[in-house]
Amino acid sequence: MFNMTKNVVANLFAKSSTRLYPFAVRGHFEGFRGTLHINIDECIFCRTCMIKCPSQCIAVDNKAGTWTCEAMSCVYCGVCVDVCPTGCLSMTNDHRQVATEKQTMSYQGVPKKKKKEAAE
Amino acid sequence: MARTILPFGPQHPVLPEPLHLKLTIENEIVVEALPTLGYVHRGLEKLCEVRDFNQMVQIVERVCGICSCLHALCYCEGIEEIMGIEVPRRAKYLRTIWGELHRVHSHLLWLGLFADAFGFESLFMQFWRVRERIMDIMEATCGNRVVVSVNVVGGVRRDLSPEQCQWIEQQLIISEKEIRQLQTTILNDYTVKKRCCGKGVLTKEQAYQLGAVGPMLRGSGWAQDARQTGYAAFGELGFEPIVEYDGDSYARCAVRFRETLQSFDIVRLAIARMPAGETAATVDSGSDDDTPTTITGNRGNIIQSYNRDKHHHITAAPPPNLDIPAGALAAKVKGKPDGEAVTRVEQPRGELMYYLKGDGSKHMDRVRIRTPTFANIPPLLAMLPGCELADVPVIVLSIDPCISCTER
Ligand code: SF4
Ligand code: SF4
Repeated sequence: MFNMTKNVVANLFAKSSTRLYPFAVRGHFEGFRGTLHINIDECIFCRTCMIKCPSQCIAVDNKAGTWTCEAMSCVYCGVCVDVCPTGCLSMTNDHRQVATEKQTMSYQGVPKKKKKEAAE
Repeated sequence: MARTILPFGPQHPVLPEPLHLKLTIENEIVVEALPTLGYVHRGLEKLCEVRDFNQMVQIVERVCGICSCLHALCYCEGIEEIMGIEVPRRAKYLRTIWGELHRVHSHLLWLGLFADAFGFESLFMQFWRVRERIMDIMEATCGNRVVVSVNVVGGVRRDLSPEQCQWIEQQLIISEKEIRQLQTTILNDYTVKKRCCGKGVLTKEQAYQLGAVGPMLRGSGWAQDARQTGYAAFGELGFEPIVEYDGDSYARCAVRFRETLQSFDIVRLAIARMPAGETAATVDSGSDDDTPTTITGNRGNIIQSYNRDKHHHITAAPPPNLDIPAGALAAKVKGKPDGEAVTRVEQPRGELMYYLKGDGSKHMDRVRIRTPTFANIPPLLAMLPGCELADVPVIVLSIDPCISCTER
């Protein structure tokens, strides 16, 4: 009984224990594996990331100079970032944005990064 | 007396797991229970034919979302045993720390779900609130909340800085205080005891004969825990299992509650004793051909080499050329595992066993996973007959079923 009264009084004066969501958003810690980014200018199309990726969501075409990532299949393990010899892959600590169209996500991949390099 | 067959699951309001039981009931009393497995089979073991042994680490992590770190740990220890890789001591301690943090968050999740199973929703909320701190530690130190991806063959991928260790210790002190506040409610409350004491009793003999593992076994009075085998840093840290003797749902709950607090102590001890130094070994024993794995799955070759080596079982791996650069974070293990290994680790739910067989190619020939829930289903079937229908959710949850890992 006394225990309960103590809790009731404590709860009356305590501040909210949940976040007031739209106004207070939970951030992410440093080093959180969020979204995969590529600095395509530094990519040498060595295909290491494509070979090592466990979910095989990266496709690198060294002839055409394209680097494609099926963002919906990426499991954010960070292996590609670790193995890239030029360090052009990086992960930022924010989530990929929610997409409204499921079909586009699964078949094309929304943040599909593509760039033709003038490779002779 | 008329009997009714009642399907329980795969989708059931109290069970987070797709367990399907056919319950034969007679007047609200269960007389027989039959499980049906295979509802969420994903075929992860088969993937070892198309992914190389390094990529399998990320795949076995996804066998179970709750204890991903321990699956990867068990797999990596097996590969390291086959290839004769010496893991740096600091990496072993880091593996222990993350493994035990996983146990804490899994047990807190279970304690919450258990409270929810008998309708105590505010207790559920309190346990999950504490768990959130542990998830924060995971996110800050490993880069993700649940599937942490820190283990690699040969070591770990991340390090803990002294500041992070200090911060973890502070967080653990707060969480421990919060958990201790809940102790009276979960262990001494009248209504909680009314729902758990004497429900689903598994006697000591039954637990032994039916091959129960983990908190089920320890709740029935057997002091057995795979951590006693000394994997990761447990060989140096020492370990004493927690035992309860009643064998009912309450005893299993008490085992898990006390193990949570024990894991806090293990993490603290591991942080205090963690040696300085590198976190991953670099091993290069043989060539590593970088053919894209997208076009493999060369079962024919695997079978051929298997037949060739039919009579050869445990291969002594060539002495690895150990070259450990100081402070290296990313392990580079090259070579082809050849041989077999069986490894066991203690998952939150019990003993996890991996059988690995390499055939001298970069793909494993066989990765066989035996999860603790698989071992705990026969004891569950022995516990259910004779109980009331209303107690079935509590008893089923008391084994902490993880059906998705069982069916892989
Ligand atoms: S590993 Fe790096 S450099 Fe090589 S193809 Fe991938 S992104 Fe480009
Ligand atoms: S983060 Fe992992 S899954 Fe995603 S692209 Fe990189 S290697 Fe593949």
